[in-house]
Amino acid sequence: MSGFLILEADGAGSHPAAWRASRTAPAAVLGPEQLRDVALAAESAGFHALSYADGPLPEGADAQARLNALQRAAFVGPLTHAIGLLPEVDTVYTEPFHVATQLASLDYVSQGRGGWLLAASDDAREAAAVGRSVADGDRRRAEAGASVEANRRLWDSWEDDAVIKDVDSGRYLDADRLHYADFQADLGDGEGYFVKGPSIIPRPLQGQLPVVAPADLVSEDGPLSPREVDAVLVSAPSLESLRPRLAEAREEFGPRSEGGPALVAELDVVLDVRGLSAADRLAALDAATPWASGRARFVGTAEKLAETLADLLGLADGVRLHPAVLDTDLPELSALTLPLLRSRNLLRPTTPGGAFRAVLGLERAVNRYSTEAARSVAAGTGAQA
Amino acid sequence: MSGDSTQGHSTQGHGTQGHTVADFRPSGQIQFGIFFQGVNSGTVWKTPEAGSQTDFESFRRIAQTAERGLFAAFFLGEGLRLREHLGRVHELDVAGRPDAQTMLAALAGVTDKIGLVATQNTTYNDPADLAHRLASLDLISGGRAAWNIVTTDNAWTGQNFRRGGYLDHADRYTHAEAFVKVAKEIWDSWDDGVIAGSGAAESWASGSGEGHVFARRVRHEGQHYSVDVVPRLPRSAQYRPVLFQAGDSPEGRDFAARQADVIFSAHPQLEDARSFRADLVERTVAAGRHPNELQIFPASEFILAPTEAEALEKKAWVRSQQIGPQQAIAFLEQFWGTSLSGYDPDGPLPEIDPVVEETSETRGSGFHGARARQLADQWRAEAKDKGLSIRQFVTAQSARRDATFTGSYQSVADHLAEYARDGVVDGFNISPWLIPTGLDDIVNHLVPALQERGVYPTEYRGSTLREHLGLPVPARD
Ligand SMILES: Cc1cc2nc3c(=O)[nH]c(=O)nc-3n(C[C@H](O)[C@H](O)[C@H](O)COP(=O)(O)O)c2cc1C
Repeated sequence: MSGFLILEADGAGSHPAAWRASRTAPAAVLGPEQLRDVALAAESAGFHALSYADGPLPEGADAQARLNALQRAAFVGPLTHAIGLLPEVDTVYTEPFHVATQLASLDYVSQGRGGWLLAASDDAREAAAVGRSVADGDRRRAEAGASVEANRRLWDSWEDDAVIKDVDSGRYLDADRLHYADFQADLGDGEGYFVKGPSIIPRPLQGQLPVVAPADLVSEDGPLSPREVDAVLVSAPSLESLRPRLAEAREEFGPRSEGGPALVAELDVVLDVRGLSAADRLAALDAATPWASGRARFVGTAEKLAETLADLLGLADGVRLHPAVLDTDLPELSALTLPLLRSRNLLRPTTPGGAFRAVLGLERAVNRYSTEAARSVAAGTGAQA
Repeated sequence: MSGDSTQGHSTQGHGTQGHTVADFRPSGQIQFGIFFQGVNSGTVWKTPEAGSQTDFESFRRIAQTAERGLFAAFFLGEGLRLREHLGRVHELDVAGRPDAQTMLAALAGVTDKIGLVATQNTTYNDPADLAHRLASLDLISGGRAAWNIVTTDNAWTGQNFRRGGYLDHADRYTHAEAFVKVAKEIWDSWDDGVIAGSGAAESWASGSGEGHVFARRVRHEGQHYSVDVVPRLPRSAQYRPVLFQAGDSPEGRDFAARQADVIFSAHPQLEDARSFRADLVERTVAAGRHPNELQIFPASEFILAPTEAEALEKKAWVRSQQIGPQQAIAFLEQFWGTSLSGYDPDGPLPEIDPVVEETSETRGSGFHGARARQLADQWRAEAKDKGLSIRQFVTAQSARRDATFTGSYQSVADHLAEYARDGVVDGFNISPWLIPTGLDDIVNHLVPALQERGVYPTEYRGSTLREHLGLPVPARD
């Protein structure tokens, strides 16, 4: 079984002190050139998707400005051709109606390569910015579940052939092929909100954008069930604990063959580069600011990393790599690690013009209102979300 | 861009008192913007040349054509609920469009110079979030972003949002003004030059704000929202997004006179545009600003051909495409409030009376308020008087709010040169009636004719939208 690789591409790299070791000036992370360069490098290396983090400024000496993730993804959309684009978008302090339109638009500007990296903020600063109270654990999951459902309904609110352009009847649209979402969100304690719909943009090119969620938001009996997401990010504090955690997650979220989500292992990466050992590089970066990510970490050669990834891809469908310093680790990944994996047929091929859903092994989504969906319900095979 | 502000007319000393109406100076130039409308009845979709309203390719093609024609800006509108007609989704017009800022971020990668203007309302957005997204667009585009401020206040749109339809009509500009002030504070919160030049620096940025060392915290406590935020981005090459405003009421005009750089007006025809300019000059001076500090770009449509006669023929054809039989009936239905599908579009106006008291335009951003029965009586009399069928009457009716320049390339160029000379407007915001090829004749023929007359730019003045428009560098709020 071959798998996929996602590259986290925020800022200068995932290590908080990455900006100190980067070859580009610190402010370059806010300009178009670096965005373009990283995306093109990742695409030609054969990564299957890029993810972009979002959220408020961190505190302290490493506090760096950060562009909106969805706009970064949209910017590189027309500049790339095969790579999936996965911006982090919050579900708690954002309007589901805006999120659904923005993500659908991302799908249009990238020719069907958009995805949604779900976040559910419990950050007091994000709450204060919009004058709301902080969401606790249950509330976060409830908000995430409601937002995903609202988005999915809005994406389906236009049937695929709703734009008919029928000159004889003078109709551009067929109103029968447009549907109100009429979504009532239940956030517990009698709270909630309502979204009327339909969306203001036709159905996304992929039908439904893939939804990728951190494991802690997903649970069988919670507001966001494993069948409502397409991939789950699985994280553990060390490589040793990551393996059993992946096995547990498979158990918990169900097998792929039965509609369970793809599993994505989270991995920090520091490589030996240009005569410097990864351990020394990490020590130097950590001397500036210790890297407390909570994720499993690989520190070593690009070749050894290929072995580790081969191992992880036996347990997970994909791995998301968080390189310590993008412009240092990415060339090494491109030149050595990915070619090694590819030569062993461990990586899915990437296809220019291919949908991001295909990377996750998903067909184009059937619209819940379509006759096809109606047929499969009648046949007892169930409609896809 | 550079920090110096030596462009164009004298605009120094903004914010200071003492400007007079006589300080207004015609720039002698006009510029163009393109308004890719999305949802509207003017975009012709029935002809085979009409392309997709949603494919990125349509947007890329028209934006690149506009840039070839040195257009100052590319605009996208906004409407956050699909329009309805007699209780159903309205079927007859082009509808469905991408989110403005997402689309503009994508266009930033395939264009170099043209300004990127997102229409975004102040009612169903959060100020900190909107300001951050616009600042992102501004940085990603190298200082080309702008915000066209609108004030959607209908409860009907609110049904798509958590807060519902919460804003009284009377409150919307007070609300909008507070919103814009917060946005300006957010954009102005970072001192310039605080980001480290290299990794050897002590911290990524340094400065004197609280908590974070470089950004001033922005707080606002108001009737409708509270904001407490540490802004996340520094200023762009143009310092902050250019502000357009679209709204026509006296409150809307005063709001623009206080807060905006450009007003996107609905007054393109010469005499109307002249009095609109005079009105805005007064309001801008009353707001303590130099009268040239608020520019005017009216919405407009161009129907051009090599000769006058061909242009008129083309206009008749465009109108027949825009107002087909079903469109003509639907136009009346919104005033009658009931289905008129039994009526012949080529026959007289319906003899039945409206079933509603107040008229409501097909639900979108605008609402009518006229008394329906009175209007029906008046229209029937007028149509009878002039011997007009439903279709002819509706076509004539829409000609009243006509924003169209029709004619040969040369004659339209002459006419626009008159606007430039008198300083009636600063530019026109063109809604093409055809997507995506609707700017081709303008760029290929009208622009060169205007350049020959010395009233249109022959190159971009700089790299930012603020530079293209010759707007002063904003003072920190
Ligand atoms: C030229 C022009 C373009 C407009 N475009 C939009 C738009 O794209 N979306 C929107 O919601 N409102 C749009 N508006 C509506 C205005 O923002 C405003 O709501 C309306 O004009 C009523 O405000 P007023 O009472 O100040 O005129 C536009 C208005 C004008 C004049």
